[in-house]
Amino acid sequence: MNNNIDWKKYLIVFLITVGLFLTASYVSNYFGNKKIDQMKSIQDKIAINILSSETQFSLLQELSCKNVSGSVLSSELDELGRKLEWGQENLGTTDEVSYLKKYYSLLQIKDYLLMKKISAGCKVKSAFILYFYTTAENCSECEKESLVLSSLRDKYPELRVYSFDYSIDLSAVKAMLQIYKIKDTELPALILDDDLLTGFHGLEDLESRVKESFKLQETKPIENKKTSS
Amino acid sequence: MLLISGMILIPNAIFYVLIFLSVYVQVFFFLTFLENRKKIVIRNGKIKLSKYPAVTIAVPCWNEEKTIYKTVRSLLNLNYPKDKIKIFLIDDGSTDGTLSIIRKFAGYSNIKIFHKENGGKYTVLNLGLENLTTDFFGCLDADSVVDSESLVRIMSYFEKDPSIMAVAPSVTVYDPKNFIQYAQKAEYNMGVYLKKMLGFLGAINVTPGPLTIFRKRVFDDLGPYRHGHSTEDMEIAYRMQKNHYKIEHCNDAYVYTNTPSTIRKLYSQRLRWIYGFINNTIDYRSVLFRKKYGNFAIFTLPMGLISIFSVSYLFSQIVYNLGDFLYSKIIRFETIGFNLRNFSFDPFFINTQSFIFLVFVIYFLVIFAMIFGRKMAEGKFSFSFSMLYFFPVFSIIAPFWLLKAVYNTILSRKPAWR
Repeated sequence: MNNNIDWKKYLIVFLITVGLFLTASYVSNYFGNKKIDQMKSIQDKIAINILSSETQFSLLQELSCKNVSGSVLSSELDELGRKLEWGQENLGTTDEVSYLKKYYSLLQIKDYLLMKKISAGCKVKSAFILYFYTTAENCSECEKESLVLSSLRDKYPELRVYSFDYSIDLSAVKAMLQIYKIKDTELPALILDDDLLTGFHGLEDLESRVKESFKLQETKPIENKKTSS
Repeated sequence: MLLISGMILIPNAIFYVLIFLSVYVQVFFFLTFLENRKKIVIRNGKIKLSKYPAVTIAVPCWNEEKTIYKTVRSLLNLNYPKDKIKIFLIDDGSTDGTLSIIRKFAGYSNIKIFHKENGGKYTVLNLGLENLTTDFFGCLDADSVVDSESLVRIMSYFEKDPSIMAVAPSVTVYDPKNFIQYAQKAEYNMGVYLKKMLGFLGAINVTPGPLTIFRKRVFDDLGPYRHGHSTEDMEIAYRMQKNHYKIEHCNDAYVYTNTPSTIRKLYSQRLRWIYGFINNTIDYRSVLFRKKYGNFAIFTLPMGLISIFSVSYLFSQIVYNLGDFLYSKIIRFETIGFNLRNFSFDPFFINTQSFIFLVFVIYFLVIFAMIFGRKMAEGKFSFSFSMLYFFPVFSIIAPFWLLKAVYNTILSRKPAWR
């Protein structure tokens, strides 16, 4: 009977298995890094766009408001936001992702300030919502609110949604929380046209508020007719 | 925060340990294959033995009127001297036409017919052993058909090595008709490969009912068949392993068996097998991890236990994830209704966590086992569609019989634990 156990073989198989694990985690890291690079490049693009419009605005503000355009597309910001959220859940390297997330929050604030300046200087009303949520605890209402907001943003491409993680360790975001007096018990919280809305707000509710405040046009005229009739 | 991350980390650790063990098992088989591949001989033609020892083959029949005729005919067609084969047709109190069919064979000088009250397969085999006059004994389930060269090839193993005590054949699927049977065909092909590898390791844990041949000495030394939780063919293999009796696998001795044609029948068959595996392993737990019992104790049994545990665990995780996914979809629907506008594919969101690649490695090695098993069983070295049926059929249903077998074991053993 083959009772002489070949321990060497058991060891070799163990080493091969460890090797496969290391390879798998190397490959996984490789793809993870690619994704982080992708997010970085999106972020850089957004940063350049913001900086450029800021500069453009400073140069042109007294001359012509027509030439000043919204710098970053709302969809670009949104895409990056979604990728960051996903990355935080699914990529091993959370340090890097949370660093990117901080940068992203900062970019959002910059864009928000710029939009505010433009709308004040050019007397254009631009539509934005500030949205505060949390990932530190299980906030099912936040998840629902995010769904509502992204659906709204799909419907109204001009609407800008700036979303901030309440628990992020960034002084600029903390300042925003102070300005709008947002407490962690009231999440999700929305700032819409300088009004603070706390708790969950459904699609219809928000949509009517958005329409009222910003006089936005829906992208699909057919649906617009339906809702207005 | 800490609590939540802890709750995520522990299942994650279990998950990766299970993945590690699964990869380990597959790599172990693959390495065994690479080591021994030159020893795998597939004979195509007829072979001759220097001596043809007499063999008794018992056919337990219990309500097998549909298949028994073909089974007996295939035995009569074996390429082996007629006066060296004794066939026992043992009716185990059938309530259908089985008895009248086997009585038709009464005229053959080498066929003996027995009739007894129903008592279960192991009692039938023991009746065969009581009437045994030859040095070799085998059983052939009445739902199986033997290839005409199978017996002589099996006997060549005994001739080659006097220390071999039992030889198991390659069991494959007889005439598959629907996708459940095709799925089993792929599985049986893989089984041929795995059994050969276990044979090289001296670690076979089942001597299957279809045509495993034993030396009479096995039963003289170790006693007759036992109930073995309705898996007497597993119990005898455990007993042989415990007593260091060598079991080999003759890969080119083919037996074709009728397989369950419906999910319900497959379920009850597998429930019996897994229940048998768990309970025989519990009965023989003193063998586990003891190196004097060889790879059987260090590899085969732990592997079986690990696979039961991983399949159950992974299944519950998949069910949980699926439930979570559906729940999030329902929430989505409730909050914003149907919304397909934002539906676009972005490769960014493809999961590239490391376990995905390891699962690929496992699948790759499993498919290799099926393909090589198919070569050993059918002579074709290629992919077949039955392999595609295997994964959905077995990954969806297997967790149910595994969990049920565990559940039944816990229920049946409850009093003993108090």
